[in-house]
Amino acid sequence: MSGRSEPVLRAPKTGSVTPPGVPAIEAVDVSRTYQLDGVSVPALRGVSLTIAPGDYVAVVGPSGSGKSTLMHLLGGLDQPTGGRLVIGGRDVGSLSAPELATLRNETIGFVFQAFHLLPRTSAVDNVALPLVYRGIGARQRRERAAAVLGRVGLGHRLHHRPNQLSGGEQQRVAIARALVTDPAVLLADEPTGNLDTATGEAVLELLEQLNAESGVALVMVTHDHEVAARAGRRIAVRDGLIRSDTVHDRPASDGGDGPETLDAAPSAEPRSASGSGPGHPSGGSGGATGATGRLPREDAR
Amino acid sequence: MRMAEAWRVALDALRANRLRSALTMLGVIIGVASVVILVAIGTGTKQKVEQQVEGLGSNLLLVVPGKIEVGTAPVVSPLTLNDVDAVSRVVGDPGRVAVTVASGATARAGNRSDFTTVQGVLETTPTVFTRSLARGRYLTGADVDTSRRVAVLGAGVARALFPDRDPLGQQVALAGVRFRVIGVFTSLGQSLGVDRDDEVHVPVTAAQRLWGTQRVDGIAVKAPDRERIGELGDRIVAELTRRHPDTEFSAVTQQQILGVLGDILGVLTGVLAAIAGISLLVGGVGVSNIMLVSVRERTREIGLRKAVGARPRDIGVQFLLEAVLLTSIGGLTGMALGVGTALLVDAVSPIPAAITWWSLALAFGVSAAVGIVFGVVPAQRAGRLDPVVALRAE
Repeated sequence: MSGRSEPVLRAPKTGSVTPPGVPAIEAVDVSRTYQLDGVSVPALRGVSLTIAPGDYVAVVGPSGSGKSTLMHLLGGLDQPTGGRLVIGGRDVGSLSAPELATLRNETIGFVFQAFHLLPRTSAVDNVALPLVYRGIGARQRRERAAAVLGRVGLGHRLHHRPNQLSGGEQQRVAIARALVTDPAVLLADEPTGNLDTATGEAVLELLEQLNAESGVALVMVTHDHEVAARAGRRIAVRDGLIRSDTVHDRPASDGGDGPETLDAAPSAEPRSASGSGPGHPSGGSGGATGATGRLPREDAR
Repeated sequence: MRMAEAWRVALDALRANRLRSALTMLGVIIGVASVVILVAIGTGTKQKVEQQVEGLGSNLLLVVPGKIEVGTAPVVSPLTLNDVDAVSRVVGDPGRVAVTVASGATARAGNRSDFTTVQGVLETTPTVFTRSLARGRYLTGADVDTSRRVAVLGAGVARALFPDRDPLGQQVALAGVRFRVIGVFTSLGQSLGVDRDDEVHVPVTAAQRLWGTQRVDGIAVKAPDRERIGELGDRIVAELTRRHPDTEFSAVTQQQILGVLGDILGVLTGVLAAIAGISLLVGGVGVSNIMLVSVRERTREIGLRKAVGARPRDIGVQFLLEAVLLTSIGGLTGMALGVGTALLVDAVSPIPAAITWWSLALAFGVSAAVGIVFGVVPAQRAGRLDPVVALRAE
């Protein structure tokens, strides 16, 4: 088991994270309705939110709440049936499938509960996979993948296959794969769901460290309230609507290496997302997000 | 995604399921191998037949009563030796004219017997048709003029009647009449399933007396001039028609015979190749089937690749290449197997086989095309998978 929390190597980002102030993801009254046997089933019924660079957001909600649908939309895996969704400055609703794929490749890094690593493929090649679809040559891919594996503490496991790695190590490989493209947003769907407590804790710490150091926004779906409580911002989804979107201080348990503390954030700033109707000005939520105050990250760079 | 990368991914996928890949290829291998083998046998047979027809002698003109056409009944020949003399005058050289009157008969020597074809011929036969003797001498003009009862044996007949003796100078009874063996032909082997060593040549006059007839079955002419062979044929036919107004005559050249035989064998080869092509088609359906299974099995992989940025086209190309690789490798293996088998058949069996480059190119091209045709549907299906659904698949 790799419960070890090796220090994340300091690797200043050279990639282009969305500049501060410009939201990485902006959703305005986004809805998603599925057609099942001719019956319209609304999964999301008008959701507005903004993810700023460097945000650390936990998305919570019971199963069936629309939480997964929201994640798929935020990750560009799906397109809204209503409202406006802008990821990395591009309006998702107007993109074709290939354009959407390129957007995912450039802007989003996914971390899944089930890791989703390719079997029979070495850690370094798994990590390099997103670069394949950028048309980057094999040698350069491997170099970059190896560097990122070093950052997640797996510099010594480059040529191991998933079945030769522990669960924690596999999830680190998956995290490295999500990071290798220098995304603006890291979308983690129950990243600790398949791991024991200690290993899960280490993986969480790694994610938080990466978020703090590189300025990648971290959006994590979880139904573990302890995990959710660590995030600086918590979005609760229920019945296809955002019930609450609160920014609060991170608990002390996280403070060991926390490079920043939230200075000005009131411990529970309610933002009634459910009330945001069509035409709700995006500037409003953008301003609210600004209140999470990720400025210290800028110092860290 | 770069093409080289796509090939590598496809190859890896095939390696991951070695047994399944091999079994899928087997259908293509068998299909391609049978196409190559059957085309090789067809081509080989055609070449051999052409060789043998050409080996009959060049500038050959065959004159027979009746039409040379499939479906026409054989005509009883009205020709006699007088007509042969007339033809000789048209040709201008009796040495270039040969005749035959043939019938089946039992040849007996001591207590051995052999049912064979007895041909009544002129002494010109070895000149007109290219024939050579292994032993003894051929018939002479004097033998023909005096109806001498002498015989030249085909190699097969000589073997059957005189397995442990020198046949020269021995007596042979043909249809009960005794002949003296004066020569033995060089062995010719088989041609179109006919044993060409199974014949006995006797003077045409002796044969006519043997069967109590005046007729000859056909006349063969070795034309002196290749360019004017058709014209010569027309003149001979005109002369014979003048002499026998009630009968139609035909003069065919070697080229015409080759043409007819070539057409027949070409059609035969085509039919064989088409039958083999059906098995290739079945192999292609197998590829399609396995690719659909593969897409389903690797739904999660497809979902992940899409999540990290693979476009529908990238996924489609990956699976299409996998199918093409399956059929191409199967095609190459099938070609090797087909060539090997064809060469073996040619070497150890009497069936001739000849490999032609076009048949190999065709077989490989078709197998690759089969991969594309039968890979398109699974590849499209993979490319269109919804990443959300694909990632959720178990």
